[in-house]
Amino acid sequence: MATLIKGRRIATQTALSPSGEAQEQGAAQGPALEQEQGEVVRLEPADDPASVAGRLDQIARIEVNFPKFGDGRGYSIARLLRERYGYKGELRAVGWVVRDHLLYMENCGFDAFLLREGEDPEEALTGFEDFSESYQATVTKPLPLFRRRSA
Amino acid sequence: MYIYDQIDQRIVDERVAQFRDQTRRFLAGKLSEDEFRALRLRNGLYIQRYAPMLRIAIPYGLLSSTQLRKLAYIARTYDRDYGHFSTRQNLQLNWPKLEEVPEILAELASVQMHAIQTSGNCVRNITTDHFAGVAPDEIVDSFVWCEIIRQWSTFNPEFSYLPRKFKIAVNGAAADRAAVAVHDIGLHASKDANGEVGFKVLVGGGLGRTPILGKTIREFLPWQHLLTYLDAILRVYNRFGRRDNIHKARIKILVKDRGIDKFREEVEAEWAHLKGGPATLIREEIERVAQRFTRPQHEALPNETIPAEGPFGAWVRRNVHPHKVPGYAAVTLSLKKTGVPPGDVTSAQMDAIAELADRYSGGELRVSHEQNLILADVRQRDLAALWHEALGLGLATPNLGLITNIIACPGGDFCSLANAKSIPVAEALQRRFDDLDYQHDIGELDLNISGCMNACGHHHVGHIGILGVDKNGEEWYQIEIGGNQGETRTGKFTRATEASLGKVIGPSFARADVPDVVERLIECYLEERDSEAERFVDVVQRIGIEPFKEYVYGNADQRSAHRNANRALA
Repeated sequence: MATLIKGRRIATQTALSPSGEAQEQGAAQGPALEQEQGEVVRLEPADDPASVAGRLDQIARIEVNFPKFGDGRGYSIARLLRERYGYKGELRAVGWVVRDHLLYMENCGFDAFLLREGEDPEEALTGFEDFSESYQATVTKPLPLFRRRSA
Repeated sequence: MYIYDQIDQRIVDERVAQFRDQTRRFLAGKLSEDEFRALRLRNGLYIQRYAPMLRIAIPYGLLSSTQLRKLAYIARTYDRDYGHFSTRQNLQLNWPKLEEVPEILAELASVQMHAIQTSGNCVRNITTDHFAGVAPDEIVDSFVWCEIIRQWSTFNPEFSYLPRKFKIAVNGAAADRAAVAVHDIGLHASKDANGEVGFKVLVGGGLGRTPILGKTIREFLPWQHLLTYLDAILRVYNRFGRRDNIHKARIKILVKDRGIDKFREEVEAEWAHLKGGPATLIREEIERVAQRFTRPQHEALPNETIPAEGPFGAWVRRNVHPHKVPGYAAVTLSLKKTGVPPGDVTSAQMDAIAELADRYSGGELRVSHEQNLILADVRQRDLAALWHEALGLGLATPNLGLITNIIACPGGDFCSLANAKSIPVAEALQRRFDDLDYQHDIGELDLNISGCMNACGHHHVGHIGILGVDKNGEEWYQIEIGGNQGETRTGKFTRATEASLGKVIGPSFARADVPDVVERLIECYLEERDSEAERFVDVVQRIGIEPFKEYVYGNADQRSAHRNANRALA
């Protein structure tokens, strides 16, 4: 069972039906399962986000794959998509996505997270609360702490 | 000391809670060994040969007496009553219990300390000159810049899963006491014609199995751009550094493969987008950080005439250093007493040193990358009294810059990576050269020992460097000469002031032979030097390693006999 987190809430749980087909089930308060308009693109860690920069307005969702726990290239890809290329659509982290990654991923611009198989969704949600502040400029807080501190 | 504000404190407190939860999940079987490994490492927790090892961060080597007392308390309560100061200016505990580490972190947080990013593939502790803020050749107070970089690097969301560890050093004086050329990024402060601060930026230096000196990527980076430029370098490295082979994953390999010019182009292209952005530093922030540093207050004092004779004179010559304020001096408390592993201190010593810091140096002290402790603000008129007390504590060995001031990693006695032991080699050498007159006659000599090619003992930049190697399960030692950590003093020497890497003199030796070999090297040096002012490393640079080789191995025939004997043993 893999869980999708969106907007810091459990959105859907994908389970395999007895026939082997993937089934999406809306969570109690999750957003309605609208039919997505536009293309879904998947980027691997070695891919250059510039390759999709010219057609971002046609893309409904970009999935960035994290093949390993410690492969951090996707964090830079996410920042580039958000900050350099101005991507506004869904940016979904897929692959080895676990509780201890979520806050960093969100700070780099991800807004959807397909948890790794076996990850406890309720416990994972607490990962967003690990830190209440970050020193750096992030996608969620574009001003670094030192520009907000004096205020 | 940089004094935390509420936000700094909250971040460290939240870290304690986070790690407590990670430990809980691991012990409950909810986190795999591999995942917990990656998480605990970035909190300095290793599983070593016999026990876990916890590396506690001492940001840029600066410590208050209150913090040192807490470290003494932690070592006494949670460990075996001692700690080890490392070459990265941190403190390592060799015997903590995994399940007690969250408690240790909570203790640390109560004195504004932590173990954040002391290991793992992230930006590590920022290191600097141990005479920052007091050196007569100061250009800027590097502590302020180190703290700014510390905050930028702490839990940096984009750069927390780099291809490999990342070490940054900052030097703020004319001389380089921070070894900037052997760091992933080395920053050397300078001022432009208008007196504005900037940094020469070196990139891609490092020790380890592929020692390389850093290349200049920018001659002068105005201070406002420091963080955006670091972002650009780190982003290029994060995206393109090799992740397929752990031994080729450091930034030095990327810089070497691309060539510095191509690498610079990529960084500059990235920086063009970041330059002037929100991470651009502002003067208010530099001032805010500077003002959060407490500094010992100085009185108006005259310079004293200090006697140069006898044991006190010898200690003053070696272990007392000039200070930018008249009437003051910086003092090295040596952790290199013969028979004690280099860098080790007991809890009782830590308490006593904290007391000395309070009474003689405004309650602050520093850890040097040579694994000694520095009291940086001592009144010259108090030197004799301080010397007496340090002597009683076994901390007054007058050997700074001499052959027995050995840098050594914990080696095979503790570390699971080591190929060979370091501590017994250091001790054998200290015993061999125990005669102080002989040491003084040999003059300035850095001798560094690493138990494996990861080079934690900085053997590549020792004037004499010793590396433990494994030959079919036996411990052997390879010897390099001619390494140099850089120009640590200004204006005193004419040669060998640039950082350089040592060259291997030949086949390795059994442990028992190491003191004899070093003694042969010294004899060769004493014969070849043109005056007492010409140091060992100067002679190596002038005449090359060949004469030393012959002195150690004999002529070509004798050398091949030595090789054959080695082969027979292997």
